[in-house]
Amino acid sequence: MIRVLGDIDAAEDAVQDAFATAIRRWPVEGTPPSPAGWIITTARNRAIDQLRRESTRADRHAQAALLHTPDEPAPYAGSGPDEEGPVRDERLRLIFTCCHPALAPAARVALTLRLLGGLSTAQIAHAFLVPEPTMAQRLVRAKGKIRAARIPYRVPAEADLPDRLQAVLAVLYLVFNEGHTASSGDRLDRPDLAVEAIRLGRLLAELMPDEPEVLGLLALMLLVESRRPSRTGPDGGLVRLAEQDRSRWDRRLVAEGQALVRRCLRRDRPGPYQIQAAINAVHSDAATAAETDWAQILQLYDHLLAIAPSPVVALNRAVALAEVAGPAAALALVDDLDLGGYHVFHAVRADLLRRLGRTAEAALAYDAAAALTRNAVEQDFLRRSRRALPGTA
Amino acid sequence: MQQYLLSIYQGDGEPPGPEILDPIMENLAALNQEMKAAGAWVFAAGLHPASTATVLRHHDGEVLMTDGPYTEGKEHLGGFTVIQAPDLDAALEWGGKLARAIGLLPIEVRPLADEAESCDPPRA
Repeated sequence: MIRVLGDIDAAEDAVQDAFATAIRRWPVEGTPPSPAGWIITTARNRAIDQLRRESTRADRHAQAALLHTPDEPAPYAGSGPDEEGPVRDERLRLIFTCCHPALAPAARVALTLRLLGGLSTAQIAHAFLVPEPTMAQRLVRAKGKIRAARIPYRVPAEADLPDRLQAVLAVLYLVFNEGHTASSGDRLDRPDLAVEAIRLGRLLAELMPDEPEVLGLLALMLLVESRRPSRTGPDGGLVRLAEQDRSRWDRRLVAEGQALVRRCLRRDRPGPYQIQAAINAVHSDAATAAETDWAQILQLYDHLLAIAPSPVVALNRAVALAEVAGPAAALALVDDLDLGGYHVFHAVRADLLRRLGRTAEAALAYDAAAALTRNAVEQDFLRRSRRALPGTA
Repeated sequence: MQQYLLSIYQGDGEPPGPEILDPIMENLAALNQEMKAAGAWVFAAGLHPASTATVLRHHDGEVLMTDGPYTEGKEHLGGFTVIQAPDLDAALEWGGKLARAIGLLPIEVRPLADEAESCDPPRA
């Protein structure tokens, strides 16, 4: 029993480290090309001015409501985006309070899910592979810090907004990613988390319609989410983008995501989320995998690599390069990347080696990839791919 | 208003020479002045090195005295400032100014417990 718990703790630490690293890296990688553009946002949205004008008394009242009902359902769970006035502002404040930089990154995600997503402590603990008491304690600590240290319950001043908004976007993106491909477990995804991230993204986009990266993140999530029906086969197994039945993509989400991409790119302040959304829009444009405009995707990755360089972006760019210039050119780039601990790196290498006919090396790479993911559906996919290699039993 | 303790942690060992220390002390004096003018300053002090500390413990009706400091470590509290501020963001603003004034040393910002929560006798 103790040994089992030890394993759980180790798993918890690993997951938390991964999230913490991602959250540290995103704000850095996500720094837009023109930081001033963030500050001098055109037509600063009215919500912020309204918030500033609101009385301290209402502020305190809402804060008290937030902090003194730790075990009741989240205050605004389930209410639609059509509600009027102050309720929406309070939600925005709540998002920024949950994502205050003085809180630990892991606590920011958990608090956002708890207070805005209305997820129970048990659900959040499950999503993050943490024993429920651990998550409960983490939430209590974070709420205690908000109360005792007086973390303000408000949208930060304009000058602070770029940094804080980055943290908020990073949290939503992490929540969505965990929903899209769970870091462990026997299902590929956790739709509840993906849906929640999109709901919060819509809220943020409604409240801050002038922030192109907010629209970009929402578009990215909608376009990726549109493929959920075809990402798994009847047996629950993973189906790659190239093999997906595109008639099962959710056209409504595709149309909404593409419209958002066009809207935010018109502002001509492209950031990482907008570019990733644009890449996904290109995929959505292709009626079949063969019709994919890989040259355009490669150009977008070049742009992404220029404004937000990271090994992971370079890896994704190499996948696009393989379609344009062949697997050999891509493999040369991939082999130079320092991503040995990342299962997707080995999966990409395996696929490139397979296409080059280097079967034995491909098998080793599939093994390495399967050993590094704790998602059973991904593991199964990688093992199937390995068995499908010619000349291996 | 909430009161916050801004703690300055410094490595043990010889303090830096006047060419480094003097400008820092000037910065600190200026910051204290700024805090006072803004109504944020409550109290501030620097401490002698941690090796000058003595630890007292009650044990079996007697108080034991040992050479301090209490915590093992290479860094210890070197000085502190108590300020009052409306919320954490305002306190962090002052904490940031203190960090800039001192340069290399980290500043810990921590709220003082409310009077109602503390064990001080009520004040008249």
